[in-house]
Amino acid sequence: MIESENMKNKNMKSENLESRNITVTEKSEESKELLSVSNISISFLQYTKGLRKNLLKVISDLTLSVSSGEIVAILGSSGSGKSLLAHAILGILPNNADLTGEMTFEGKELDQKFKEKLRGKEIALIPQSVNFLDPLMKVADQVIGETVDEEDKKAKKAHQREVFEKYGLDEKVDDLYPFQLSGGMARRVLVSTALLQNPKLVIADEPTPGLDDVAIQETLNNIKQMAAEDRGVLLITHDINAALKVADKIAIFYSGYVIEIANVEDFTDDGENLIHPYTRALYKALPQNGFNLYKGHQPFHGELPEGCVYSDRCDQNTDSCMKINPDLREIEGKKVRCHRGHRKYSR
Amino acid sequence: MELKGKNINFKYGFSKKWILKDLNISLKSGEIKGLIGDSGSGKSTLSKILSGYMEEKKFKGDITIDGLKPLKSGFNPVQLIFQHPEQTMNPKWKMKDILYESWDVTEDLIEEFGIQKSWLNRWPNELSGGELQRFAVLRALSPNTQFLIADEMTTMLDAVTQVQIWDLTIKITKQRNMGMLIVSHDKDLIDTICDDIVYLNDINNV
Repeated sequence: MIESENMKNKNMKSENLESRNITVTEKSEESKELLSVSNISISFLQYTKGLRKNLLKVISDLTLSVSSGEIVAILGSSGSGKSLLAHAILGILPNNADLTGEMTFEGKELDQKFKEKLRGKEIALIPQSVNFLDPLMKVADQVIGETVDEEDKKAKKAHQREVFEKYGLDEKVDDLYPFQLSGGMARRVLVSTALLQNPKLVIADEPTPGLDDVAIQETLNNIKQMAAEDRGVLLITHDINAALKVADKIAIFYSGYVIEIANVEDFTDDGENLIHPYTRALYKALPQNGFNLYKGHQPFHGELPEGCVYSDRCDQNTDSCMKINPDLREIEGKKVRCHRGHRKYSR
Repeated sequence: MELKGKNINFKYGFSKKWILKDLNISLKSGEIKGLIGDSGSGKSTLSKILSGYMEEKKFKGDITIDGLKPLKSGFNPVQLIFQHPEQTMNPKWKMKDILYESWDVTEDLIEEFGIQKSWLNRWPNELSGGELQRFAVLRALSPNTQFLIADEMTTMLDAVTQVQIWDLTIKITKQRNMGMLIVSHDKDLIDTICDDIVYLNDINNV
């Protein structure tokens, strides 16, 4: 009952929003933009020696948007700081982190207060592992969360049962503790927990590593299903195969910069549609695409070169690449941060 | 040389379910063998048993190198490389101490592995997984090492770094005529780099 009411509300709300969108901005988009992130930078204040402080930039100038029914993957190596984006969107960055730039959710500015209001409701997180569940609490109880009185508890319980049922978790699972769940079951619990409040945007943080093929397939199907239900999904991962299987757009993360936002169709054949040399290298380094060797490593946070972050590994760099860091420019519907790509198309 | 596991049996504690049963496996010098299995099928357990990380009373069966039991003291000729390098390093040691603890690594090799001089003075938590894994591989490649067991060695790394690490590891194992067992669930990877492929389900008699 609650769900149907929610759905009604949601439909009404979305109708309102859509009509507003059409009248105000006159945009004729099929799906509406949910989350828009522009020029986000995240830095950490560190003490180096004594009282000397150092501002370490981890994410620079990140621009990205997720629309309803769309799956956007952020692909970066582990430890590159891409999870911080999820934390920034949910407003759970640590105290010494400094966040600049603009974020909006359904057109409204996303400040800390608004984030706190939305998280867990409109925006939900699927965490990396069962370790994020309370080990001393039965699964169903912690999924239901806080209840005001008996009636509230009953309603929430019924709703929880409904969602669990949808993901093939029978009543026995309700009374299990997290350690008793198998890997696949645990994933399903995390997914249904995130979907309990019927969120519009789901952030999945590294949902696939350490799972076998069957479990990975199931997780990816769940993500596809979410997009089919018109939710926006932000998939944070280092697994390029997983990203290629489900995402509509893939944002490639390199040394804290998004260097290319490519469409998934571009990752075909020889990768000739990929513009940035790193994206192409990443694609052609896959065992099934040639296992090609590219030398070099990503520069450290805090030791970034003056020019393009990829200039020391690029095979076609020029003087301007060494001096000026390119902006993220739109080229034929994709976005890329490369002087070369720009030149190629402006010629 | 030949590393052999004969009639290996393993189960947890008082559990009745066998994880590994009457399993036989062998690895010769100069051989690059891939081992594929689902998660939870006992790949990592087998890796630990072969490299002497498992106490002898916890499993049944014989591990031999050229027919002899491996010595309990001294440098272990069978080196195991794990999936998560950050968990195998002392967080309170600098990278140079972690690296040189194992053997006197030559300058050329450090350079060949793409390890920057400045990394040596850093703490493990300051380096990325790919950078740490280079150290983990290099410190396992002592001249005394005869066999390398790579348990999901590049699963956590991006594709570009994955190729870099495999390229180096394979080059050196071939140069020194070492044997390598590559444990992974990534069939494409195993198909690309291994001479021979073994499916755990085929050799495990549970």
